[in-house]
This record gives sequence, structure tokens and C-alpha cells, in this order.
Amino acid sequence: METVMKSQMTDELECVSARYPANRAALLPALYLAQRKYGWLSVEAMDEVSRELGVPKATVRGVATFYAMYRQKPVGRNVIQLCTNVSCMILGAERLVDIIRDKYGVEPGGTSADGRFSLVIMECIGACGTAPAMLVNTDFHESLTPENIVTILEGYR
Amino acid sequence: MEKVLLANIDNPESAEIGVYEAAGGYESLRKSLETAPDDVIETVKKANLRGRGGAGFPTGMKWMFASKDPKFPKYLVCNADEGEPGTFKDRPILEKNPHLLIEGMAISGHALKAEFGYIYLRGEYPAAKGILEKAIRQAEEKGYIGDNMMGSGRKFRLAVHQGAGAYICGEETALIESLEGKKGQPRIKPPFPVNVGAWGMPTIVNNVETLSNMPFLMRVGPEAYAAIGSKECPGPKLFCVSGHVNKPGVYELPMGVTLREIIYDHCGGMKNGKTLKAVIPGGISTPVLPPDRIDCQMDFVNMPRHESMLGSGAVIVMDETVCLVKVCLRALKFFEHESCGKCTPCRDGVSWLRQILARIEGGEGRAGDIELLSEVAGNITGKTFCPLGDGAASVVLNFIKHFRNEFEMHISRKACPFK
Repeated sequence: METVMKSQMTDELECVSARYPANRAALLPALYLAQRKYGWLSVEAMDEVSRELGVPKATVRGVATFYAMYRQKPVGRNVIQLCTNVSCMILGAERLVDIIRDKYGVEPGGTSADGRFSLVIMECIGACGTAPAMLVNTDFHESLTPENIVTILEGYR
Repeated sequence: MEKVLLANIDNPESAEIGVYEAAGGYESLRKSLETAPDDVIETVKKANLRGRGGAGFPTGMKWMFASKDPKFPKYLVCNADEGEPGTFKDRPILEKNPHLLIEGMAISGHALKAEFGYIYLRGEYPAAKGILEKAIRQAEEKGYIGDNMMGSGRKFRLAVHQGAGAYICGEETALIESLEGKKGQPRIKPPFPVNVGAWGMPTIVNNVETLSNMPFLMRVGPEAYAAIGSKECPGPKLFCVSGHVNKPGVYELPMGVTLREIIYDHCGGMKNGKTLKAVIPGGISTPVLPPDRIDCQMDFVNMPRHESMLGSGAVIVMDETVCLVKVCLRALKFFEHESCGKCTPCRDGVSWLRQILARIEGGEGRAGDIELLSEVAGNITGKTFCPLGDGAASVVLNFIKHFRNEFEMHISRKACPFK
């Protein structure tokens, strides 16, 4: 099983690497591929990227931990990425954090006990004109209210 | 004004190549390919196009520097990392008008003799990634880009590079580091990217909106282009307005429209009949303005005369109910989170600013804290590699300059007066 999945990643990586004049440039896309495969970037996953690309382990870990969207710990089945930056904050985003915490038992940066939701506080997701806003996995949800946010989240099991 | 950047975006199929072609799409590329590369650069200079990413640097001049460098290959990079809080102007182009950007990049690639282009797309726009990749495939299949652009013998290949949630990568040298697969930490300048950029080669980094101006500019010519908006800084401009207005959203207006016109004429004025208290005119890093300063012309030349900046054209409107100390604190939390850690004044100084603001906002401010904030901010300004630290310090200094009484009230009452 491991070999099959690994070769799949190798294939995809070759395709990605072809876009750049240097192998090292494929590191960010490779980390995304590994994250998609394992759900998060464990030390083992980062080391696999290191082997695949021929980039030192320390370099891979340095890059992986620099960027906010690479996950350093396991996440729930659905990841709520809620913006609380100024445009969202002045239109009530903090109240939404409280609602998510109370309803699903998940703290910012944490995961609910049943593994259903992780909550990540985001810095501006570019939906300020329809604030407050969040991404759930890769879906945008905008113009959130204390009422509609629960209805939206109920759609994610 | 004829819509240029937001043309056709109300058509639900606007991202499809057929819809774009039906509206005259890729005709400007055809015309440009028949024009000598240096003449395209000359056209851009004559039109006085300035970069829409925030700094407003003259695009033609940047292109000329890169073009004069004898090294090849040259790289064209589109900065689609719009992360400046309050900014969402490039998103409609990326999601709804991707061929406008691709055509703009192909024209620019021809002008710069760059055979490779990258779109550095922020990780927070997952939908745009698929849309752009599909549009690139369509443009390749039709022969607009690829190894032989429209039969001209010129090559231009394009790929999307996805960022991973680092605001600093909007800074061009950090963006290049990130494109090369490294931590997004800014480089010392000089050398500038136009000479030593990605993989040591001449690299031109332009914002999405800047590149998307190219098809229109080449279609109408520099004189007609320069006739739009401000004389010193012309062209169509995207403004993205958020906060307490009746009709927030992205507006395409002539450069030089006033902040008052944006808020009251285009966005329908203040929501719920409330009173305007403060406006951040160009994204969170730009100096906040009080209500008596909104008759300023929004362009790169006039805003500094009003002690602010056009920035990314991200207007954040705040009414009387907002606690500005809290806004300032939230902004500093952002800068602290996004500081790349490379230089001490930013890495430590911004954190100190945030800590002092947090205690003031929490009712534990001390006498002398406002002076302390000013002193720490003053020790960051001008002492960092890149503008992130300057931006953070300027936010604090400008909130204090215009709204000092709110800071004083928090300290003297030992509580937030707006709760």
C-alpha cells in the first residue's frame, strides 16, 4: 500500500517539478501533496517529501513550519477557517467564534472531541465585502450571521 | 466609465474562453505580437501605468530595467497573493475573468521577452486555483500561449504556484523566495528582482490588476488610457470597500475618485444611518483617516499629500460604534503573526506594540503607555528589511495621531468605553 501511494506522489511530483527550472521549487506543492495524502504534515510525511525531492530534512521542516496553511498536527474531518481580521471583526466575527466553541466544543487551533471540526482563526481570506466570512475545507461561506453559520456547519458531517 | 477589469463578470460563464473571445478577448495579444517588444514597453511608459499592488511604481520603468538586463531567461511573475487585510479586489479577476489576466501576462511576456510566467496565488483562494489552471489549459489548447503564441514563433508558458498562508509573500523578494521553495523571507535590495530575481535571473513581479490592464491599454493606446482619471496617475482602478457602508463590494472607478465619493455616492453611505468615525483607505497598513479628511483623491500621487496612501485600494469604513484601540490591537496581532522573523525591530518590536495595546484595551494601561507605543514604533520605522515593520509602526502612530483621546480614555477609565 505504502509503495503504491508513494509512486502516485512521485508521478504527481514529477509533473509539478517540470514547471520549474530547479527541483527545490517543487517543495511548496510537494508539501501540499503530502498534506492531501496524510491530512497533516507529520515528521514522517516531511521526511518523505525530503527523500522524494532530494532536499535536506531540516530545510523541509523549516519551510513547512513557516507557512500557516501547512498543518503541524492532525485535524478533524472538516476544517473551519474563520477570518477575524478587522473587516470581519467589526461585523461580528468574534461572536461567531463563541458560537462555534459553544455548539461544537472546539477551541481556536483545536479539534472537537468527535473529530468533526477543527477551527483555525484566519488572517483575511479576501471576502471583506461580504464579511464575516469563512472557508470550510475549500468552500467559501460569506455574509455569516449567528443564525446562518450553524445551518451551514450542519451541512458538514 | 466603460468597465475594463470587471467587464462581463456578471455573466455566469465569464471564466470560459469562448465568452472571453466573443467579447474581443485575445485580440490585444494578436495586436501586441505584431508590435516590437520595446514598443510595447514604450506604450506602457507613455500611458503612465503604475503598479496596482500598493507601491504604485511606474510599470514601464520596471519593465525597461528588466528588458535592458542582458541575462536570459527572464521570468514574469504575477503577484496574486493579495493578503493585505481588507483587500479583495483581485479575487473577481482571478475567479471570474482569468483570461483577462492570462492575456495580460502573455502581452507582458512578449514585451519582456520572458518565456516563463508564474501566477503566485495565495493559498486562501482554493477556487481560483482550479479556475486559473483550467483557463491556462484552454489558452494553451487554442494556441494563445505555449510554444508558439498565435503562430508568432514566440514562446510563453504559464503555471500557477500556490502560496500557503504567509502575508509576507506579497512582498516581491519574499514571493520570489517562496517561488523557489524557500521560507518567504525578504531579500536585501539591491540587487533588485528586475536584475537578480527568481533563480538569479531578471524577474518582473506585477500585481494581478496591473497585468490585467494590459489588454485594454494595448487596445485603446496610451493617449486614450492616460485620459482616464487622474492626470498624474491615470487609468481604471479597482476599489474594494468593506465595513459599515450600505453597499460594500468591488468597484471599478477612475483613478483619483475621492474617498467621499466612494463611500457616499458608490457605496450608498453609512449603514443604519450611523456616523462615520474612521476610514482605512488602502488596506490595513495604510494610515487611518478621520472623517474630515475624506475629500482626498484616491491615487498614488495625491494620497501622500493627505498623509495617507492608496495602497491596494482597500477601503475599510468604520462607524461610531467601533473601538479604534481594539481595531489597532487586531491589526497589530496580524502583523505580529505575519512578521517573518528575519529582522529584530519587526520581530520583537511589533510584538511589544501588540502587548502594550493589549493591556490598554484590556483596561490595564499605564500612564506613559501612549508615549511608549510611539517610542517603540519610532524604533521600528525605517529599520527593517521590508515594509511590514514600517506598516505596523505606522498603524500605531496614525491611530494615536488622529484618535489619541480613545487611547487616553481606555487608560484613565481602566476599561474600554465602547463595551
